[in-house]
Amino acid sequence: MSATSVEVMAETVPEKKEFWRWQENVWIDETKDWRSANIITCGIDVGSVSSQAVLVVDGELYGFNSMRTGNNSPDSATNALQGVMDKCGMKLEDIRYVVGTGYGRVNVPFAHKAITEIACHARGANYMGGNGVRTILDMGGQDCKAIHCDEKGKVTNFLMNDKCAAGTGRGMEVIADLMQIPIAELGPRSFDVDVEPEAVSSVCVVFAKSEALGLLKAGYTKNKVIAAYCQAMAERVVSLLERIGVEEGFFITGGIAKNPGVVRRIEKLLGIKAMETKVDSQIAGALGAALFGYTLMQKQAKAA
Amino acid sequence: MIANYGYKDGSGEYYISIDTDKCIHCEAARACLRACPKQMFETLVDDYDDEVVWVKKPNCRTLSYDCSECKPASGYTSLPCTTACTPGAIKHSW
Repeated sequence: MSATSVEVMAETVPEKKEFWRWQENVWIDETKDWRSANIITCGIDVGSVSSQAVLVVDGELYGFNSMRTGNNSPDSATNALQGVMDKCGMKLEDIRYVVGTGYGRVNVPFAHKAITEIACHARGANYMGGNGVRTILDMGGQDCKAIHCDEKGKVTNFLMNDKCAAGTGRGMEVIADLMQIPIAELGPRSFDVDVEPEAVSSVCVVFAKSEALGLLKAGYTKNKVIAAYCQAMAERVVSLLERIGVEEGFFITGGIAKNPGVVRRIEKLLGIKAMETKVDSQIAGALGAALFGYTLMQKQAKAA
Repeated sequence: MIANYGYKDGSGEYYISIDTDKCIHCEAARACLRACPKQMFETLVDDYDDEVVWVKKPNCRTLSYDCSECKPASGYTSLPCTTACTPGAIKHSW
């Protein structure tokens, strides 16, 4: 192939859109000044798909950065923290204690301690939703966790499914790419159907994808296929939740909490409404980690 | 705390549940560690600083295969792990 024909192809082949790409966020509470704080702690959640850094100032949420996980955990942790520190002019030396959590928690280079994401999500959800939170569903990038906790955010029952991608964010990304619809639009579009369709396979993303293709060929609209997939995800996670027992005070964390197509269907299946929060649902794990760090610092101060 | 280790896939649900409240002060001297022919159990300090038994991570994804030789089809009448755990902290879902 000549150089000229390559150039012509480059001009005619459209750039591939990344429909799965979700919004990365950096946020700082402008009403607070970290410089006058006594204790600053940080939680870093390095997940398989997203990484978050959360700053907690004297036990209160101060700022966070949520971004895509790169191909190595230490760099992802560093970049996540750097992003939020740059936003407020903070340096690593200003942070008293760092707790790592998530899939890559043991690879956070500057962490003082690693705590599992189960405990951190429960603690974070307790902060975000209040002490009435009892049942937590974390729909992560490549796993799904059902957690039951007490009024202090301490875990009393949990299960995690990280063997199968059904019911995870990655599954939703696959469908976004297949449908060529931005991931943020999937939820709202799933309600734009005349009749609610039957769920596609709820036990395998690969089977669900091939079923979705079959439905499109059979004449389903894209919205109807998305509705069938959202229903499958809802059925999948509800079966996990039922194993630990669902109680009022239901809270959803993780990226899928931003997808009303899945959330409303879970609520319908459970007959319970999920609690609302103004805080980004994706930061629950990192927030819980930072709060664990704050408690440890308080204990150390009392012991001294 | 009830810790459920395992998974659900197209073939069924496979979970080993460990009641850590019964496990912390084990009255059976951690007999489960020796009873499991696959040595799937080990002790760790959990997030709340309690020493408990858990199922090793690689086994959590292969339970249906790992536990198959201890199930009735292989001649066992009772599971070695649940039998050894006299406080009754360990349960199988299948």
